Amino acid sequence: MNKTLLSIVAVSLLWVTTAQANGIVNVYSARKEALIKPLLDEFSANTGVKVNLITGDADALLKRLQLEGNATPADVFITVDAGRLHRAKEAGVLKALSFPALEKSIPQALRDTEGYWFGLTLRARPIIYAKDRVTVDELSTYEALAEAQWHGRLCLRSSESVYNQSLVAATISALGPEATQTWMQGMVNNIAKAPSGGDTDQLKAVAAGVCDVTIANTYYLARLINSSKPADQAVASKLAVFWPNQMGEGAVGRGAHFNVSGAGLTQHGKHPEQAKALLEYLASARAQTWYADINNEYPVVEGVAISATLEGFGRYKMDPIALEILGQNNRQAVQLMDRAGWK
Amino acid sequence: MFRRHGLSVFAVVIAAFIALPVIVILSHLVQTDGALWQHLLETVLNDYLVNSFLLLLGVGVGVLLLGVPTAWLTSMCSFPGRRWLSWALLLPLAVPAYIIAYTYAGLLDFAGPVQTWIRDLTGLSYGDYWFFEIRSLGGAVVMMSLVLYPYVYLMARAAFLEQSVSSLEVGCSLGYSRWRAMWSLALPMARPAIIAGLSLALMETLADYGTVQYYGVSTFTTGIFRTFYGYGDTAAASQLAASLLAFVILLVLLERYSRRRARFHSQAESRARADLIPLKGSQATVAIAVCLTPLLLGFVIPAAQLLLWAVFEAQPLGWDFVRLAWNSFSLAFLAAIIAVILAIILAYAKRTKPIKPVRMVIAMAGFGYALPGTIIAIGVLIPLAWADHRLIELFDSLGWDSPGLLLSGSLVALLFAYAVRFLAVALASVQSGLEKIKPTLDHAGRSMGHGPLAILRQIHVPLMRSSILTAVLIVFVDVLKELPATLILRPFNFDTMAIRAYELASDERLVDAAPASIMIVLVGLIPVLMLHASIARRRPH
Repeated sequence: MNKTLLSIVAVSLLWVTTAQANGIVNVYSARKEALIKPLLDEFSANTGVKVNLITGDADALLKRLQLEGNATPADVFITVDAGRLHRAKEAGVLKALSFPALEKSIPQALRDTEGYWFGLTLRARPIIYAKDRVTVDELSTYEALAEAQWHGRLCLRSSESVYNQSLVAATISALGPEATQTWMQGMVNNIAKAPSGGDTDQLKAVAAGVCDVTIANTYYLARLINSSKPADQAVASKLAVFWPNQMGEGAVGRGAHFNVSGAGLTQHGKHPEQAKALLEYLASARAQTWYADINNEYPVVEGVAISATLEGFGRYKMDPIALEILGQNNRQAVQLMDRAGWK
Repeated sequence: MFRRHGLSVFAVVIAAFIALPVIVILSHLVQTDGALWQHLLETVLNDYLVNSFLLLLGVGVGVLLLGVPTAWLTSMCSFPGRRWLSWALLLPLAVPAYIIAYTYAGLLDFAGPVQTWIRDLTGLSYGDYWFFEIRSLGGAVVMMSLVLYPYVYLMARAAFLEQSVSSLEVGCSLGYSRWRAMWSLALPMARPAIIAGLSLALMETLADYGTVQYYGVSTFTTGIFRTFYGYGDTAAASQLAASLLAFVILLVLLERYSRRRARFHSQAESRARADLIPLKGSQATVAIAVCLTPLLLGFVIPAAQLLLWAVFEAQPLGWDFVRLAWNSFSLAFLAAIIAVILAIILAYAKRTKPIKPVRMVIAMAGFGYALPGTIIAIGVLIPLAWADHRLIELFDSLGWDSPGLLLSGSLVALLFAYAVRFLAVALASVQSGLEKIKPTLDHAGRSMGHGPLAILRQIHVPLMRSSILTAVLIVFVDVLKELPATLILRPFNFDTMAIRAYELASDERLVDAAPASIMIVLVGLIPVLMLHASIARRRPH
C-alpha cells in the first residue's frame, strides 16, 4: 500500500521535474484531446520535441495559469474561442510576440493586434433550417429570427454556450446593447422548447420537427453528414445551411458570425523556442488541412483547401469585426442574455 | 497538556487542513461585488433558487421513496428473489449521474429511438402526441433519484439489520401489529441513518453540474458556473458557492437541532435471528416489483443502452483504456484509503473528547461534499499554489534550483481535493459504526489500562470493520465517478475514464463516450459487490 502511494507520488513529481528539462513544450488546451493530440504527436515526431498536454475548460485552465503565476509549467495556451484568448490577455498570462511568419500567413483580423494570440481555425455559426418546411426566401438575417413568423419554430442552445455568448457579443458591437436585448427577447419568445443540450441536439430537434430553424456551428452539421451511422445521415439530409446578413448596407449586411480557436504563448513559459515552433506548426498548411479534414473547421491561412463538405456549404461573407471585441463584450453579453430571459 | 489532549489537537489540525479550501471559498463572502449581485437579483437568482429548491425537494422525496421501502423489504420480509435483490439494489451507485442523464436523453428525447418509433408507427409528428420531456427539471429529479437512492438504501438497510429484534418483539407483545411496529418503532429508530443517507444524496444533488446543465435546468450550481465561465469572475462564483454552503450549514444545524440529544445505542447484546415477515402471493409480487423498479431503471436499462452503443456504434477504446482504467483505479483506491484514515482519526477524536472546537472543525471538514468539484478545485489550488511559491522562494534563497510546482502541479493536489470533497461520505459511515459501539466498552478498555490508540486498534477497528469497508468502497466509487476537480487539477498527460467520457460527451459525441462510460460502471461494480458481501456478513440470514 505504502509502496503504491510512494510510487504514484514519485511519478507525479517526476512529471513536474521533467517539465523543466530541455526539448519539451507544455500545453494547456481547451481544444479536446481528440481534436489536438494527433497534431501534437506529429509535431513531436517531426521535431523530437516532447509535448505534454492538459485539456480542460478554458476558464478553469486560465484560473490555474493565474494561480501558478511565474512558476507555471505551461508554455502554450489553446482555446476554442477568441473571447477566452482575450480574457487570458487581460489577465496578463500571455506574452506579446513578434512573429513575422505567422503575421504573414494569418490575416490581421484573426489574431491579436499586439501579438498576444493567434487564430488557428475558423468556426462559422450560421442559421441551419429544415429543407422541407422553410424556403430560402423566408430567411435573411440573425435579427429576422426575432420576427413573429418564427413563433414556435426556433430552437436555441443555452446561453451558457460560449458560441452563443460570442454571437451576442458580436451583435452588441453591430447593433448596440438595447437593440441586441430586444432581438434576444424576440427570439426567446419564438423558441419551440426550453434550451437544452448542445449544437448537435438543436440540429436533431430541427430534423425531428420540434422546430424549423436554429443557429449552430457548421462543423457539427458536417460531422453528421460524414457520419457512418444511418441515423446521423438521415438527420443531416433534412438540413441546410443559410448564411445570414450577406446583403444590404451597414449592420444588416455585416456578414455571418464566426469565431476562432487559437493559441498564445504564456508569459512565464520556460520553453519559448519550442512553443514558437509548435505555434508555427499549428498554423502550417499541413495542420490547417488537418483541421478541415478531421473536424471540418475552416483554415485561417489563405490558399489552404477546405474539405468537400465545407465546399458544399458554399462561400460566404464573414462579419469583419475584430475578434478581441468578442472578449471585451462577453460580460455584457451574458448580462443582456440574463435580462432577455435566454436560459 | 499534549498528553491529555494530544488526539484532540491532532484531529483539529487535520480537520482544519481539510476545511482550508472550504474556508478559502467562504472567505469570499466578505468582499462582495454589489453590482453583480444586484444584476443576478434582478434577473436570474429567483429562478436559480426556485429550481434548486424543487430539485432538492424532488430528489429528497425520490430517494426516500426508492430507498426506504426497498431497504425495509429486503431486511425485514422474505419473498422470492430477496437475496439477490438485496445486493442488486446497490448497482445504480456505480452509474455517474451525468452518464445516466445523457443515456436516457439519447433514449427518450424527440430524436431518440423511442419517440422516432412512435412517430413511424402512428404517422404523427412531434407535438401531436404527449411524451415525457426528459430534458427538464422533472427529468433531472428522476435521473438523480435513480442513482442517489442507494445512499439511503445502504444506510437504512444497515440500520434495519442492526435493530435488535427484541425491541420489535416488545412492540409486538404490546399489541402492535407488524406494520404498526414498523411505523412506530423501526422507522424512528432508523431515522438517524435514513437522514444521514438523505443528506449525502442531497449534498450530492446540490454539487451536481453535469446533469442539470445537460437538461437545461438553471440551478444555483449552474449559476455558479455561469458566473465563473460567462462573467469570468471567480470571486463572484466563489461568493455564490459560499452562499450555497451557508444554506447547507443551516440545514445541517436544523437537522441536528431537531434530533437534539437523542441517541440510539442498541441494547441487545447479541442479536437473535430475526423472523422475517413472510410475503406470499400478491404481497410478494408487489415486493418484487418495488425492488425491481429502481434496479431496472437505475442500472439495467442505462447499462444495456451503453453496452449496445459501445459494442455496435462507438469507436473502440483501444489499448489506451488499460492506462485510463489503471489511472482511475489507483487514484480512487489511494483517495479512499486516505479519506477513511482521516475519517477514523476525526471520528475517534470526537468520541473521546466531544468538545466544541473539535466538533466544529470536523463539521467544517465535511462540508466539501456539498460544493461543486470545480469550486473545491479552486479552493485547493489557492492555498497549494501559495505554498508552492513560498517553497520556490525558499529554494531560491538557499541557492538551489527551483523545484517547480511540487504540490499544486502534482497528484498531491488531486488527492487533497478528493479528501476535501469526499471526507463527509467516509465520516458518515465511520461515525455511524463508532456510535453503535457502546461507551461502556471504552470504559472497560481504559480500566484495563489501555491507551486510546490501543482501544482504537483492539476494540473499535475490529468491531467497525464493516463500517470502515463501507466507507472505503463508497469513497472509491465516488472518486471513480468524479469529474470536475480531476479535470482542473490533474497533472500533464494524465487521463482517467471519467475524463475520457467527458471529453467525448462534451464534444457532442455521446455514442463514442459509451465505452469509457461503461468502463466506469463496470469498475465501479467491483466495490459495490464487495460492499454487499460486507453487509451480508453483518447478520446471519
